[in-house]
Amino acid sequence: MYSDKVMDHIENPRNVGEIADAAGVGTVGNAKCGDIMRIYLDIRDGVIMDAKFKTFGCGAAIATSSIATEMVIGKTVQEALSITNRAVMEALDGLPPVKIHCSCLAEEALRAALWDYAQRNGLVIEGLEAPKAEEE
Amino acid sequence: MKKIVYLDNAATTAVRKEVLDEMEVYFRKEYANPASKYRFASAPFAAVSEARTQVAEAIGAASMEEIYFTAGGSESDNWAIQGVCSAAGEGHIITTAFEHHALMNTCKSLEKKGFSVTFLKPSAKGYIDPKAVEDAIRPDTVIISVMYANNEIGTVQPIAEIGAIARKHRITFHTDAVQAAGHIPVDVVGMNADLLSLSAHKFYGPKGVGAMYIKKGTKISPLIFGGMQEFNKRAGTHNVSGIVGLGKALELACEEMEEERERITGLRDKLINGILNNIPHAKLNGGLEPRLPGNVNISFRFIESEAILNLLDFKGICASSGSACNSDSLEASHVLLAIGMSHEEANGTIRFSLGRYNTEEDIGFLLESLPPVVEKLRAMSPLYEDFIKSRTL
Ligand SMILES: Cc1ncc(COP(=O)(O)O)c(C=O)c1O
Repeated sequence: MYSDKVMDHIENPRNVGEIADAAGVGTVGNAKCGDIMRIYLDIRDGVIMDAKFKTFGCGAAIATSSIATEMVIGKTVQEALSITNRAVMEALDGLPPVKIHCSCLAEEALRAALWDYAQRNGLVIEGLEAPKAEEE
Repeated sequence: MKKIVYLDNAATTAVRKEVLDEMEVYFRKEYANPASKYRFASAPFAAVSEARTQVAEAIGAASMEEIYFTAGGSESDNWAIQGVCSAAGEGHIITTAFEHHALMNTCKSLEKKGFSVTFLKPSAKGYIDPKAVEDAIRPDTVIISVMYANNEIGTVQPIAEIGAIARKHRITFHTDAVQAAGHIPVDVVGMNADLLSLSAHKFYGPKGVGAMYIKKGTKISPLIFGGMQEFNKRAGTHNVSGIVGLGKALELACEEMEEERERITGLRDKLINGILNNIPHAKLNGGLEPRLPGNVNISFRFIESEAILNLLDFKGICASSGSACNSDSLEASHVLLAIGMSHEEANGTIRFSLGRYNTEEDIGFLLESLPPVVEKLRAMSPLYEDFIKSRTL
């Protein structure tokens, strides 16, 4: 079973939606394994002003992406890189072992959105690598 | 706690009051071991015999001595396959690609031990073609096992025809009737079954007790070795209360079958039509005819089943997913893949299974609660977003 925190994010997910003209968008996962996450970031002067998400997946996938958007808003790009899957899990008071991959996916989606932002602006962000290509 | 709307009767059912009352006697009052020889053991002994008779009558067995009690559907399935294969020593198994894991994984374990197995694919509607069964027969085929009704999509298989083919070729025929018994007629003679599995908790009996029909003369080794219980074929002190509960529950289910079948089928069809008419991009899986009275299995495109279940859970509605995701496995359901669905479709599938305690109000409540849940998740789905964008381009 899920923690109350996870259940709360499933019932009331934060920051669902899209951002028109987002500074960076990252989509990770595939429908075959049952989870797809897309995170939109609005970034101004290197600070993340807003974040939205769309997720296809189980409750844990929704909760991890929801909380990841909450965690990233207000952070600088560099600070955003500190949002690891472990940090996401801790913020949710833990996840069942079979759902840990959802927190990894949230981290990856965030990093993919930041990578997209860096690419569009010709920036090199230390510690940020290109997202792994999705295998089918 | 809020009212629970329980729509997962294929997973398990509540024990009926009449059943529990009879079971209770054998826990504290008549607790003797039925195998003991003093007079104090005669009541539990008689109770086990009566349950055996009740089961024999319910499934049309020629004799009560063809009924063996087990610890449930999984044990019966394991016994059928392992027992026949162990007696045969080697050979070929014919089964289907959409059996319950209890049966499928037993066959896979025997495959590792040198048996060869043919897993027949059902049609897109979820039916096994008897002709395909006949075509799969080899000189070394030792058992044919085809489930009577599928637990996920509810489709009822042409068991009598398949049984006739098995009989014609003198091959032992087993059917897993765990989802069927107590819900639709079971006639072991008419369907030429040599072995048949059933489980009490699927028809308002207790969990952890089942039965196997073994036609006289069937070559089968024991699965559980030990004492002389169950005509020396299945060891272990009898689960007397459980067995009493199984017998009584099956008897009651058969008495009320026609009425209940009609009522529950009505609810089922109301639910299916209500969903398909009110929720776009939803699809019924498995053919409608013949289908278990209580089974509704629907795929909702662009969203994932566990999330649907979580949101329904907030409203007190219990259902289950077509994918095995909620059972801690992240694999899409082998049943849905076997009928040709994509992983994506399979991952968005929900099974509602109706039973004797469900009412019109339950169906109404679900039909009211479900559309906003689906809408909410679609609003959150990148797949739906892409779909809408691709349409408006
Ligand atoms: C078709 C089928 N076979 C076997 C079983 C296993 O029965 P039991 O839970 O009694 O072991 C089930 C129940 O989940 C079932 O639906």
